[in-house]
Amino acid sequence: MQADITVDTKGMACPMPIVKAKKALDNLEPGQIMEVVSTDKGSVNDFQAWVKQTNHELVHYVEENGVFTFYVKKQ
Amino acid sequence: MNATTGLTKMTSHELARIVFHHKELFILDVRNETEFSDWKIEGKGIEIINIPYFDLIDGVDSALDKIPENKPLLVVCAKEGSSVFVAEQIVEAGRTNVSYLEGGMKAWSEHLEPVKVGDLKDGGSLYQFVRIGKGCLSYMVLSNGEAAVVDTLRMTDVFEQFAREKNVKIAHTIDTHLHADHISGGRQLAAKEGATYWLPPKDATEVTFSYESLEDGKEIEVGKSKINIQPVYSPGHTIGSTSLIVDDQYLLTGDILFITSIGRPDLAGKAEDWVGDLRTTLYTRFKELSNDLIVLPAHFGKVTELGEGGKVAARLGDLYQDNPGLNITDEAEFRRTVTENLPPQPNAYQEIRQTNMGKINPSEEEQREMEIGPNRCAVHDQ
Repeated sequence: MQADITVDTKGMACPMPIVKAKKALDNLEPGQIMEVVSTDKGSVNDFQAWVKQTNHELVHYVEENGVFTFYVKKQ
Repeated sequence: MNATTGLTKMTSHELARIVFHHKELFILDVRNETEFSDWKIEGKGIEIINIPYFDLIDGVDSALDKIPENKPLLVVCAKEGSSVFVAEQIVEAGRTNVSYLEGGMKAWSEHLEPVKVGDLKDGGSLYQFVRIGKGCLSYMVLSNGEAAVVDTLRMTDVFEQFAREKNVKIAHTIDTHLHADHISGGRQLAAKEGATYWLPPKDATEVTFSYESLEDGKEIEVGKSKINIQPVYSPGHTIGSTSLIVDDQYLLTGDILFITSIGRPDLAGKAEDWVGDLRTTLYTRFKELSNDLIVLPAHFGKVTELGEGGKVAARLGDLYQDNPGLNITDEAEFRRTVTENLPPQPNAYQEIRQTNMGKINPSEEEQREMEIGPNRCAVHDQ
């Protein structure tokens, strides 16, 4: 999937993955896609809850060998 | 206190004392809504609200309106990081008396607080270990340099350390039944301490290890003066469930009888088969025992069950008056109560049973995840 910006939070623990992702998303235009890469299993549920609550769209989510990748479309 | 931020760390032990002694505390839980609604810190003096940390990234003004200024504030999250992130902002906004929970809900879930239940006739004593975050209870009987641990929880180091402090050797570990809501530490603790591990044989038909049979007629002795632990077969939660009479004073009921509820018969998939056993245990077998026995269960369902100093205990005769599960005269209604509309089953209960049988050997992190959430072993835990 083509992303307009990639946020690498590998190795970071809660709350940093979402803090970084939010700052990046704030700079995007509506309709653009953000890719977030994380190794923090604990933030996965938080990430999904955050996207839902902020009315953005989680378009794709994959987990591979403990690396979580989220694609979020800004509303 | 951290000099640069004015933020204080609170340990699970300190929080447990606040809950036990009904002290006032305002808690801001910054986990996501799903985790918060599944389980949270409870207590008589506790007021708690939930605002996920991801709503507070740009500032905490929206939270400040909801936090009273005249109460101590504790910020909690799953592990710790997000609570520090939020609490620091609250301190920067000028609030005082702010702390965060060390290790977060993960540490709270695993914290065990020892509470003395009483003295035994020969100078020994009985302690209850309250796993307050999950509602689980273990026991240690101490007498003349020896100890027996009953329904040992997974955090075996707590029992080892306590035994060292009290200068006793752990000689026995006893499980009243094959647990389905938490991973037993009984076998591991016995192996480490050179103790004997006891388990009811009817719950042990599939286990992969050797054990001593916990059955009626056997007596377990602790210490030179022989504090007597007498097994009482009391099936219904599981087919093997066995209660223990300690020192003719205490009745350790495992998951058969709680303070405000009774055990559920369905966690091994045999609710229909075991209802009759549950009924006989509660309405016949226990009725033949002395009303003055003090019932000590392996769980509590609500934090309101914590009595003086955090102790969970009640006289058997009083439970026959007050416990709704002991006051269903109609057998058909009893059958319905214990088989229909039961609360959800505990998280990962099948895997937990397999682990306790020795069939699977999950890592410590996997075991921790399996135990997430409330215990839900009683009929009335909603």
